[in-house]
Amino acid sequence: MNIYKREIKDKLKSTIVWSISIFALIMLFMSIFPVFSRDATTLKLMMDNYPEEMLKAFGMSGVDLGSVAGYFTMTLLFTQICLAIQASNYGFSILSLEERELTADFLLTKPVTRTKIFFSKFAAAFTALTITNVATWGSTYLSIEMFRNGKDYDIDIFIKMMATIVLFQLFFLGVGMVISMLVKKVKSVLTFSMSLSFGMYILSAFGSIIGEDTLGYITPFKYFEPNTLIINGAYDRTMIYVCITVIVVSLLASYILYNKRNIHSAN
Amino acid sequence: MKIIETTNLTKFYGKNKGIEDVSLSINEGEIFGFIGPNGAGKSTTIRLLLSLIYPTSGKATIFGKNCFKYGHEIRNDIGYLPSEVFYYDKMRVKELLKYSASFYKGDHSKRIIELADIMELDLNRKIDELSYGNKKKVGIVQGLLHQPKLIILDEPTSGLDPLMQQKFFDLILEENKKGATVFFSSHILGEVQKLCNRVAIIREGHIVKIEDIKTLRNDNYKKVSIRTSNHNQKVFAIEGISNIEQVDGEINFFFNGDINVLLSLITKHKVNDVIIEEPTLEEIFMHYYK
Repeated sequence: MNIYKREIKDKLKSTIVWSISIFALIMLFMSIFPVFSRDATTLKLMMDNYPEEMLKAFGMSGVDLGSVAGYFTMTLLFTQICLAIQASNYGFSILSLEERELTADFLLTKPVTRTKIFFSKFAAAFTALTITNVATWGSTYLSIEMFRNGKDYDIDIFIKMMATIVLFQLFFLGVGMVISMLVKKVKSVLTFSMSLSFGMYILSAFGSIIGEDTLGYITPFKYFEPNTLIINGAYDRTMIYVCITVIVVSLLASYILYNKRNIHSAN
Repeated sequence: MKIIETTNLTKFYGKNKGIEDVSLSINEGEIFGFIGPNGAGKSTTIRLLLSLIYPTSGKATIFGKNCFKYGHEIRNDIGYLPSEVFYYDKMRVKELLKYSASFYKGDHSKRIIELADIMELDLNRKIDELSYGNKKKVGIVQGLLHQPKLIILDEPTSGLDPLMQQKFFDLILEENKKGATVFFSSHILGEVQKLCNRVAIIREGHIVKIEDIKTLRNDNYKKVSIRTSNHNQKVFAIEGISNIEQVDGEINFFFNGDINVLLSLITKHKVNDVIIEEPTLEEIFMHYYK
């Protein structure tokens, strides 16, 4: 428990900042919804003027932005980018922290197994991400109730959209962890996490624009693309399986690699 | 029972040799010196013993248990002071020591205060405000607070002023009297000679010699340089002299033997200056263990 507690304490500030930021982001986006929905016809005209490629890139193609759920897909996409950055930040940092800040000689010479260190760190990161996840749910519910402007919405669709956040976070956490174990040293966490999260987003956007579906199997932005859910009423099952497989494999691999890793000295 | 025992312990970093065929056997209650120049493999050996790194081949046991399988159990009774100390910067000294103590059974808060008192360490400071020497003190308290049965020290004195070094040595000797075994790695021959019973000398990843400290003292090499107008170095060719060389008006050599013989020889000649000094460890290695 002592390692878990320390890790939580270490992440507390960043978790609060991320949670508040995402909360504010959703509120801000949704607060414009009443304006959008009031002038639905004008809006549709405007959207028709945008190139189709751009709409696809922002996940706005094929949905009615005048509906609560349709408008929310756009909000969720930006939220997903934030969630991805936060989760990969933790992924890249938790196992590499001791080596980067040269505290390995402290923690790893204590009477604990690496297995215990691994699980404590993972549990702490997952707790932190769950706090942010809860903030996302809360903000979504609140903002919809505040700004839906009397419009009805299908609660089912929302639950489905939000339920995937945990998988989305675990994907970036796990992939971050395994990459941090595969490279010799993670010098700057932010460089790695930005590349991973934006890289995945760009892949997804690019795949949508050129209409290449296989590209979608690499990136969670595609697995959980909200407008696919709205159009089809369900996610692509295969993609969900791919996502779960990636999570399990990357966590397992990082566990094995961490246990075998040679921790070198500072000099 | 042997406290530490390694058999042909070998570690390669890719193609680079860390250590090769290191076999050590350390008894309970010993203060065992581990000496060698920088990069000889001292830290590699220690990191293997603590299972921070894993061996290419060979075996290592501490308290009779396999280091790599039961590392976490063994480490209950090990106190380790690394050569470079780094801690979680955001913490205060007190918090870090409390965190450190939380890994061991029992209450160690009294011992923390005791040790901090001896080492004159302010517990309320923030870690990132500490000087190198003060961080080192945190390391010492952190390594000793749980009364370990085996104390592993990796170049512990760097950064400590002579007064603190003495306090630290006293502390180690006291722990040793209470029954702790000490594994003391250093590249300073003097401090090892002062403290240790036995010493292993490591060079380029190999153990060159394991010796009783008394024997090492008898092997009392001196480095002598004489400035003289007598340019014939042959006059100094007596028993115990080696590596003699002449540079301009200066004759340099190593001497191992009765110092009186040498002194009376020097007085027979007209000399301008004489320096007799301890050879550095590097020089001993270069000279003896070719």
